[in-house]
Amino acid sequence: MVDMKKLPSPKILMLLAVLCLAALFFFPLWQIRLDAAQFPGGLQLHIWINKVSGTDKNIIQNINILNHYIGMQAIHPDSIPELKYFPMINYFMVGLGLVFAWLNKSVGFLTWTVLLILLGILGIYDFYLWLYDYGHNLDPKAPIKVEGMTYMPPLLGKKDLLNFKVQSYPHWGGLFLGLATVFGGLSFIKSKSGK
Amino acid sequence: MTLHNNALLPILVFSLLIMVSCNNRDSNQIIHGDAAQQAYVPPGEYDEFYAFLSGGYSGQITVYGLPSGRLFKEIPVFSQYPENGYGYSEETKNIFNTSYGFVPWDDSHHIELSQQNGEFDGRWLFVNGNNTPRIARIDLTTFETVEILEIPDVAGLHCSPFITENSEYLVSGTRFSVPIPQKDVPIDTYKENFKGLINYVSLDQEHGHMELAFQIEMPGFNYDLARNGKAVSHGWSFLTTYNSEQAHTLLEVNASQMDKDLMAIVNWKKAEEYLAEGRFTERETSYFHNLMDEGSGIVNSEERTSTKILDPKECPDMVYFIPVPKSPHGCDIDPSGEYIVGNGKLSADMSVYSFSQIMQAIEEENFDGEFDGIPIINYEAGLHGIVQKPGLGPLHTEFDGRGNAYTTFFISSEVVKWDVESKEILDRQPTFYSPGHLVIPGGETRKPNGKYLVAMNKITKDRFLPTGPEMMHSAQLFDISGEKMKLILDFPTKAEPHYAQAIEAEKLMPNSRKFYPIEENTHPYATLGEGNSRVERDGNEVHVYMTAMRSHLAPDNIEGIKVGDKVFFHLTNLEQDWDVPHGFAMQGATNAELLVMPGQTRTLLWEPKKVGVFAFYCTDFCSALHQEMSGYARVSAQGSDVPLKWGLNEELSDNREAANSFYEEAKANAAK
Repeated sequence: MVDMKKLPSPKILMLLAVLCLAALFFFPLWQIRLDAAQFPGGLQLHIWINKVSGTDKNIIQNINILNHYIGMQAIHPDSIPELKYFPMINYFMVGLGLVFAWLNKSVGFLTWTVLLILLGILGIYDFYLWLYDYGHNLDPKAPIKVEGMTYMPPLLGKKDLLNFKVQSYPHWGGLFLGLATVFGGLSFIKSKSGK
Repeated sequence: MTLHNNALLPILVFSLLIMVSCNNRDSNQIIHGDAAQQAYVPPGEYDEFYAFLSGGYSGQITVYGLPSGRLFKEIPVFSQYPENGYGYSEETKNIFNTSYGFVPWDDSHHIELSQQNGEFDGRWLFVNGNNTPRIARIDLTTFETVEILEIPDVAGLHCSPFITENSEYLVSGTRFSVPIPQKDVPIDTYKENFKGLINYVSLDQEHGHMELAFQIEMPGFNYDLARNGKAVSHGWSFLTTYNSEQAHTLLEVNASQMDKDLMAIVNWKKAEEYLAEGRFTERETSYFHNLMDEGSGIVNSEERTSTKILDPKECPDMVYFIPVPKSPHGCDIDPSGEYIVGNGKLSADMSVYSFSQIMQAIEEENFDGEFDGIPIINYEAGLHGIVQKPGLGPLHTEFDGRGNAYTTFFISSEVVKWDVESKEILDRQPTFYSPGHLVIPGGETRKPNGKYLVAMNKITKDRFLPTGPEMMHSAQLFDISGEKMKLILDFPTKAEPHYAQAIEAEKLMPNSRKFYPIEENTHPYATLGEGNSRVERDGNEVHVYMTAMRSHLAPDNIEGIKVGDKVFFHLTNLEQDWDVPHGFAMQGATNAELLVMPGQTRTLLWEPKKVGVFAFYCTDFCSALHQEMSGYARVSAQGSDVPLKWGLNEELSDNREAANSFYEEAKANAAK
């Protein structure tokens, strides 16, 4: 068990949680890495809270070119609405966290943490839906059609898709999101145990 | 008697065979057990050095890896190159403009890498055109020729281009002296009418752009090779000459009569002073400067009409001569800058001069007369010593940075290692056959990397499987890290490499570009995005704004072209990834193909002569659907009323809005 006495005050813990959440603007949440013989070093796609990027600035164009052979839709970050409203939600949660830290009430810490967990689950589910759509909604006129083959990248872990080995894992941002829920939870526990 | 004779014949034949096979084995025996390992670069691993070999009569440069001897690239320089459209495309054809018109070939001899503080800095590469005197600059981020400067009033720019230790100048000299300015005179008036020139081309330190700074008018000799001083001798140039007899016919004999020729020694810092004081004459002439614009890749050609001439008679203390053994080739300077080696190719000995002794002789005016007003320094006064009987036909010397020199001997077909200070011969190894120049990475700089030596041979004969009368030349790679030179590899080289330079791979690799960023493309006919692809008519000129992306050309159906039109295909490669060039070939085009790098625009001119429908296609296997990357152009009779239309995967249209929007987003991103 964590020795509660050694933990900082609930207020500090809440501020740490908020800080972790703010880090989402500076680090990608998730990374999808594609490896094939012809691509030394692999192709890395980074999914941020507000954008999609990669190891170089042309990564999306280069992945889209590859994907069009098998009829996958082109990735158009501008047409993914989540990349516009997820940052708003994150700003809201950062703001709410600061308010609850100032109020310094256990109910506030609990509300914030539960809300963040729910949002996190919804976010991952939404990510899954996008991956499912990219992998299954294929152009019937695709130049290359493999009977029974779909191309959904894994949500977490490895998968072989034709000549590519695809790996999907959280990036720093994903870890910071996890840490934010941990600090949020601890702030609630500490505020309870302190009374 | 008859019997005896008959028996003798097979014995004779047999013993001859043994002699021949013994000879063959001799050249193999010197290869040591672990040689293969030393030259072996395992699959997937890189070579330690890039070696740039001049292409001789091919006019190009080849790029090899050392120690593997693998050929990486041929860089087109002075010759048209249908393989990628260099010199054929509308953008690049101006690179061959000269005062003689369009000259799409030359004879490239000497390679020179740019330097800072007497070391290779890996920015640019220079090479001379011998036949139509010019110097080319290659950008070492793209390995492409980006500039060619013609040198006026010289003939055979063999003695070129030699760089100063901070890339201030490229020094060159004329191989053939000629009347200056050119005029109609009897050839046997050589002595009175023919002159030589030593040329100084300055380099813009930021971009490497070349400018002819000044020329020094010299006696009518043949200027052969040169080096610039370094460290202690920085500020001076040394040029070997032959034909001080001033013969104009049967030079083989008539230019080989005197025991010694002359080495020219130029104080270029002094020349700069005279230039600043205005002690030059300006002469009208004509030469071309062709420079590629970085953003558009278009070569702009400009004629220059005047040159500044310095006359040694009016500029004292600027030029000297010193005698050098018969018909010298290279004059090479050791890493300290103190010793200058004169390779007298028809002499049995090699003279090594001392820079400090030469300076002292000049100071004390220890001269043996003069030639055309140029003082001749007393030979013994400038001499550090003579390397006694090192071999036959010394041509060129480089250094390992450990006090040793390595000289090629053309006639005795060998490389000889000797100690610069003591002039003692340390080792000799045969080469196969008759080497011209040799190269040690950095071997002419202040910091040689004395690990390998490549001897470039002029004669190949039996080194490789025979390929008819014409064969590649042969080169030998030696490991020179030990006491004795060790032959570790034999490899064929393209055309006729004269000189080469080699540089550590790590100095170039990080700067090698993977593609051209599309946002930096400023070509006036670039099509930045597939939605902008279109066809426009301007009189009888038809401009096709075409894009290439895996795996289609846009537009790929074109109608409304007429016989007699000039059709310009401006192809922009929209890819932004490494190693995705697209090619373009048009049936009936009488020039070449285009090879367009990602982000680049290149233009092919097609003048259709026949009515019909003609196919075009991508020539570079770019993807699994490369074979599908093609299209049709319809050609109608002159005066027909077929309207101009184009399209991709749709009904042909005559407006750009309707063009296909496939990938539009991705390309817009790339163009941002």
